[in-house]
Amino acid sequence: MAMFKRSIDFMGIRNYAFGFSGFLIIACLALVAVRGLNFGLDFSGGTVVELSFERPVAADDIRSRLDACGFHGAVVQTLGNETDVLVRMPPQDAAAKLEVEKGPCQLSAASAEVAAAVNDPAADNLGHTVAERLRSSVSQPFTVKRNEFVGPAVGEELREQGGLALLAALGLVLVYVLVRYNIKLAIGSIVALIHDPVVTLGAFALFQWEFDLSVLAAILALIGYSINDSIVVADRIRENFRNIRRGTPAEVVNISINQTLDRTVMTSFTTLLTMLALLFFGGSVVQGFAMAMVIGIIVGTYSSIYVSATFALILGMKREDLLEVQKEVFDDGRP
Amino acid sequence: MRNPGAPGAATGAPGRTRPLNTYAGWQYILILLVVLVSAVYALPNLFPPDHAVQLSPASPDAALDPRVLERAKAVLAAEKIEYFGEAVKGRAAILRVPNATAQLKAQRALAQALRSADGTDSYVVALNMAPSTPAWLAAIGGQPMKYGLDLSGGVHFLLEVDMKTAMQSLLSSQSVQMRQVMRENRVRYSSRPMGTDRVEFAFPDDGMRAKARGLLAKQFVDFNIQDVAGVDGPMLRLTLREQAIKERQTYAVEQNLQSLRNRVNELGVSEPLVQRLGADRIAVDLPGLQDSAYAKQILGKIANLEFRLVAGAEVPASDTEVYDYNGVQQPLLRSNIVTGNNVTDARPSQDPQTNEPEVSISLDGDGGRHMYEATKDNIGRPMAILYIERQTRTVTRTVGGKQVEEQQRFDVKRLISVATIQAALGSSFRITGLSIGEARELSLLLRSGALAAPMYIVEERTVGASLGEENVRQGVTAGVIGTLLVAACMILNYRLLGLLSVLALMANIMMLLALMSMVGVTLTLPGIAAIALTIGMAVDANVLIFCRIREELEERSPTLAIHAGFDRAFITITDSNLTTFIIAAILFLIGSGPIKGFAVVLSIGLATSVFTAVLVTRALVNLVYGGRNVTKVSV
Repeated sequence: MAMFKRSIDFMGIRNYAFGFSGFLIIACLALVAVRGLNFGLDFSGGTVVELSFERPVAADDIRSRLDACGFHGAVVQTLGNETDVLVRMPPQDAAAKLEVEKGPCQLSAASAEVAAAVNDPAADNLGHTVAERLRSSVSQPFTVKRNEFVGPAVGEELREQGGLALLAALGLVLVYVLVRYNIKLAIGSIVALIHDPVVTLGAFALFQWEFDLSVLAAILALIGYSINDSIVVADRIRENFRNIRRGTPAEVVNISINQTLDRTVMTSFTTLLTMLALLFFGGSVVQGFAMAMVIGIIVGTYSSIYVSATFALILGMKREDLLEVQKEVFDDGRP
Repeated sequence: MRNPGAPGAATGAPGRTRPLNTYAGWQYILILLVVLVSAVYALPNLFPPDHAVQLSPASPDAALDPRVLERAKAVLAAEKIEYFGEAVKGRAAILRVPNATAQLKAQRALAQALRSADGTDSYVVALNMAPSTPAWLAAIGGQPMKYGLDLSGGVHFLLEVDMKTAMQSLLSSQSVQMRQVMRENRVRYSSRPMGTDRVEFAFPDDGMRAKARGLLAKQFVDFNIQDVAGVDGPMLRLTLREQAIKERQTYAVEQNLQSLRNRVNELGVSEPLVQRLGADRIAVDLPGLQDSAYAKQILGKIANLEFRLVAGAEVPASDTEVYDYNGVQQPLLRSNIVTGNNVTDARPSQDPQTNEPEVSISLDGDGGRHMYEATKDNIGRPMAILYIERQTRTVTRTVGGKQVEEQQRFDVKRLISVATIQAALGSSFRITGLSIGEARELSLLLRSGALAAPMYIVEERTVGASLGEENVRQGVTAGVIGTLLVAACMILNYRLLGLLSVLALMANIMMLLALMSMVGVTLTLPGIAAIALTIGMAVDANVLIFCRIREELEERSPTLAIHAGFDRAFITITDSNLTTFIIAAILFLIGSGPIKGFAVVLSIGLATSVFTAVLVTRALVNLVYGGRNVTKVSV
């Protein structure tokens, strides 16, 4: 049983869709600029400690205890099951360190000996200090699940590198599409390409989900993934322009999208399934990656259908544009 | 365009012997072989390594006392720690334990029990992951994937070498030498303050400057020399060449790297990773270790040098310290001439005239000055070099009624050289009268006692072992669930062909795991995410093919439809995977550690996806539908 011929007029509402996309991009850019991204440890530098208690605790309670100890500026959040907390601390200056030492949270005797033995001031472990001093203030025992420190220089470098990587990826893919297809379709694809990461970043800015290195990897993977969709549609458009003798460009594009719809939906769906599995079962470390992928896939599917071809149509793509290209690589009539 | 992937694809070409949709026998066998080999090499991953503790003698020369293993087993039994699979391999004894918690407990218990009375450790008790691959599998090179720190738990440091300080000390010691050279040749000069990357001198006239230039150009080839007009008269400006700067940086990092490697071995981690990262950084990975404070203690500077004069008979005993050197007691003055901080280089070399081995030592500016002052009036007297090694021992004390373990640091000093001063020494001098072996060992000790440049910790991560295990569990669960969902989706939508594509997907996953295991790619949590992504995208190629087949079925016969479907989809498959590959390459170039792992897994996954989707699926489809009259295709 073949899928019955679907004929949804996608291009009919293209102007509305295009307007919507434009608005979306601008809104997301504004969100990122104004609200900013919640940079994870990799990009911001600082200290992160994950503590595991036996009974549930409240983030606010921990935060006020830390404040009382002299650790100001801590961001505390509970993870999943409420017995685990994540504490983020910016770097401390000398005055802050002094305040902590003189404060009410004293180290146990054993910890004090160890602290004295490690006399390398440049490498004092803030996470460890926070944990040890908190012990005297909190009644129930806890273990340190993980403790991470990233120096500010490293964080800044990573931000720069990340930005460069994003640009490099966009640039390379642009070149590739330019070579393979005509310029109007290429520009359309690139707009769709920029559309996806921007919207994903906007979502992260809106909900302030943590943006760490694996989220950046997800966005880069999305770029590659999104272009796949656009290429498949572009391929079909080119083929149809050759085979279908009549019809406006808009009608040809419509037919192409309808024909590739099965594939687009199916591929997006299968990838979405694996990413949803990762989101719900993969644990907290890959959550950012999974969330970025899920949003990116949904947005990407939409953009492949509407943004790339629509833009090309707006630029006035006609049959001749694609056939011209086709003549250069004409072989035996088959793609 | 011709489809290069499908054999015998030229429709209607004369001379083609095989019907559509079939592979030659050897092609089927080849594909089967590849899949089977993948299965075999992916197998070791079902046998993950066991947590274990490894006992080995602390000093490199001692052999393993066989009774130690018995003592260890008794200790573990007393602590009620389960163990299994004891073994002795070379100089090490290995005991396997059920999990990471038991491993830490065992290490602590054994380290305490095997400590000698004075608190020093005569045995190193290391955390180890002992392989449990069956012997036949190991024999053909099968091994499970290595786990990154986020899956195995452990400590990670990123250390940055302070290049500025290294450059400064180099400049200062070189400038001292330049001044010495000019003085010796009676060139009058006046020093200008030293810049961060340059040395400048002013001269009374052009002639003197030219003379200086000739001298310095010959001796100091690492510098670019410029004539500069200065306020005080003609000046020379000397800047280090790019080449020399790079060399010095490499030397500083390499030397620190070596020092670190030696120290890391003391930590009791059996597979530490110490590697250079970029121009001036060193990454240290210590899997299994949980106590980063202890690690930092060990990695910090623990050896130093002291240069002292040997005391003459007239010096009262209260002003001297006595050390033993080759059986002879040497009284040394208590004050130091210079210390290891002043040493910038020490190399074995040969006396140009006698070809005798010797050690060339370079000091920085301050060091050279002090050395000169101390030696100019003491020619004929011996000078000693003291090597101070900082060691730690663990003692148990009773504090407030509780037993508390603590690390105590103490210094071990020994004489490594006593040599007679032959002339007034400056910032570079030689120690002669050594054999080749002695020269090499002395320079090694001198170098390890002096870090080439200070290091700072710029990144530090500790992942608890239980968290590591949790991550593995969660990652695998997510992967399995994702795969099952995708399989269900494909079968429901494309029925028989869908089922065949699921089989190809299984082959894909096996190939991916096998390649990762064989190549030795380290698996991290992002790597697992990449596997999940690959699974999701792998079916894309098959979806393309099946959609095409469905379309072709409307116009052509089933056999032709199948053939056309595979053919036409191939180009699109290539295009889409190529762009993803570009992204993976970018990620590999900019990423570090886990992200690099992600990129590598993604790339391997792309390759295996294309292979299985195009060849394996096609082979399966050919087996079912090929070479016969097909009336209906289940898709």
